[in-house]
Amino acid sequence: MYSPLIVAEALLNGLMLGAVYALVALGLTLVYGVLHIVNFAHGAFLTVAMFGVWLAWDRLGMDPYLSMVLLVPAMGALGYAAQRWIIGPASRGADNSILLVTLGLSIVIQNGLLALFSSDTRTIDTDYAFQVVEVGPLLLSFPRVVGLGAALVTAVALWVILNRTDIGRAIRAVAKEKLGASLVGIDVAHVYAVTFAIGSACLGVAAALLMPVFYVEPNTGAAFVLVAFTIVVLGGMGSVTGALVGGLLIGVVESASSLWFGDSLGQIGIFLIFIAVLLIRPTGLFGARQ
Amino acid sequence: MTDMFRTPTRRAVLRGGAAAAVTALAAPAVLRAQPAAVKIGLLQPLSGFLAQAGDLARVGAEFAVKEINDAGGIKALGGAPVELVVGDSRSNAEAGAQATEELNSAGVVAIGGGFASGISLTATQAAARYDLPFLVDSAVADSITQRDLANTFRFGPNFSMATEIALANLVKLNDAAGSPAKTVALVHEDGLFGSGLAKLMQEKLPGLGFEIVEVISHPTPARDMSNVALRLRSLQPDLIIPSHYYNEFVLLARTLQQQRVKPKGIYAIFGGAASSYQFVKEYPDAAEGVFDCNHWGDPSNPIDAALQAEVEAQGKFYAYNAPINYSLVKVLAEAVEKAGAADRAAVTEQLASAEFASGVMPYGTTKFDASGQNASALPLNTQVQGGEIKVIYPAEYAQTEPKFPV
Repeated sequence: MYSPLIVAEALLNGLMLGAVYALVALGLTLVYGVLHIVNFAHGAFLTVAMFGVWLAWDRLGMDPYLSMVLLVPAMGALGYAAQRWIIGPASRGADNSILLVTLGLSIVIQNGLLALFSSDTRTIDTDYAFQVVEVGPLLLSFPRVVGLGAALVTAVALWVILNRTDIGRAIRAVAKEKLGASLVGIDVAHVYAVTFAIGSACLGVAAALLMPVFYVEPNTGAAFVLVAFTIVVLGGMGSVTGALVGGLLIGVVESASSLWFGDSLGQIGIFLIFIAVLLIRPTGLFGARQ
Repeated sequence: MTDMFRTPTRRAVLRGGAAAAVTALAAPAVLRAQPAAVKIGLLQPLSGFLAQAGDLARVGAEFAVKEINDAGGIKALGGAPVELVVGDSRSNAEAGAQATEELNSAGVVAIGGGFASGISLTATQAAARYDLPFLVDSAVADSITQRDLANTFRFGPNFSMATEIALANLVKLNDAAGSPAKTVALVHEDGLFGSGLAKLMQEKLPGLGFEIVEVISHPTPARDMSNVALRLRSLQPDLIIPSHYYNEFVLLARTLQQQRVKPKGIYAIFGGAASSYQFVKEYPDAAEGVFDCNHWGDPSNPIDAALQAEVEAQGKFYAYNAPINYSLVKVLAEAVEKAGAADRAAVTEQLASAEFASGVMPYGTTKFDASGQNASALPLNTQVQGGEIKVIYPAEYAQTEPKFPV
């Protein structure tokens, strides 16, 4: 049995890992909530963002956290453009087609990255990657503390955008009633694209937080998105609060199960939860009952 | 002094004359046709998460090829030059088999390399279909040479040989220091290499007076070692025995340092980074004092130093992949030389029966046993001391005394 201190630290580690999961899930759930489709290209976009952080560091010598300043707007623009001029037109309004278009897009992006960067894993070395923050007897990894903080700030910002701004109201209106929204003069295609932009911008933040402690290769995003899907289902499809709480919860579960079952089996707990939620509460923790 | 002015003996004069005659006779042949190059394949992971190891191996192999060609190529084939054909196993077993097929199509007479156990298993099997001799470099899984494949040979030591030596040396190290280490934690990657080694350790260590307090496995590539470090911090083992590839070793060592886990020693067996100058130079604090029992070149061999200089001149960090692949290409070239033909069956026959020089590896005379294992292969024990990787055991290769507890 482990001492309470060790368990506490493992759970905190999980919380901090979960924060980054939550960021990835936020974008996914937002797009689902508004467009009612699962964006299969989300993982590929995350990989693009991570390569962006790596390039900024490798070519411009830019600190990974600082590169958010570039990455967030760039990813937002990429998301907007992808929905407005590729996914939207190609799907011709049919939800099923959107799903397939995003899947196709993800394959194109993944292979494009493979051609550009090969399958090498790339990492960023920073002085602070292995620094610790001492909180009483606990030694917390510095990049993870930053990750947790940034994820919470991002979630709050997202909440403010959705609830306190005009575009947020428009997004919620489109999510509730597409036809009604367009009748009162909301440009639905624009709102769709903005939703994609916000979701992708979240990935820009996630990528910058991940790179100091993680590696990137063309398939990296897929692993995170698999976890993010679980989080979206757990939290409730389309729920921002659900994505945040679900993300943190999944992080803790992964950390705890890797402490007790070993790192090789660390993710087993996540997928057990995934199946359990689907069986017992298909709408998720914060999902609207249908 | 007298020797220098000694008049040449009649025999020496005759020998010189004969050599001159041969050269004169050979000269027109050279003008007419350069003998066809002998193609030797090198299978290494040049991309993917093991790319660094493969890259160093290539440098070593190229160094050997240059040396052989500068010295006049394969003499039995009229000075035919050796041409290295490099295949990329992309750090995975399927691609390794594919690359072996490509090397076969390229018409190589033999393949050297493999690097990782999983890749070597599939690659040797693919080569067996074409009766293409395959000399494995550093992959250690015992099973590689236990499948009755006539084409498969291993230059370096296998698991069983290496762990036996590693454990004997561990006991020696501990005894010499007054037996400070009693509890051990094993941390290993969950592939063929790490799990196999951990299993062997679990069988052997208790009999040697060590108590295993924990066995921790993790996937490769690993994302995070925080929980591993936490468990180790909670258990406080005297000794940590890790076996994994480069990135994971670095991650573990740095996380241990971050979490202030300070065992009496880290005793790696085939530790991915403990015998790599990249780790030692980039993270000197995390690396200091780490022991390893691993493939390693003979430090007293001047070619080993020349090879290290070559690697560093290319802006790379030295590790064992360079010397072992240098030596392996030398063995394959010698096999072609002895076979007198760039013929796969003849080379296999030579590898199975003849004796070979071991390049810069501390193997004495290389001789492959019935299973294809080099019976004289030997790992060396090293310790990082003052930013240098020093050989501590066995005595005949030792450069310094071990420091234990660290």
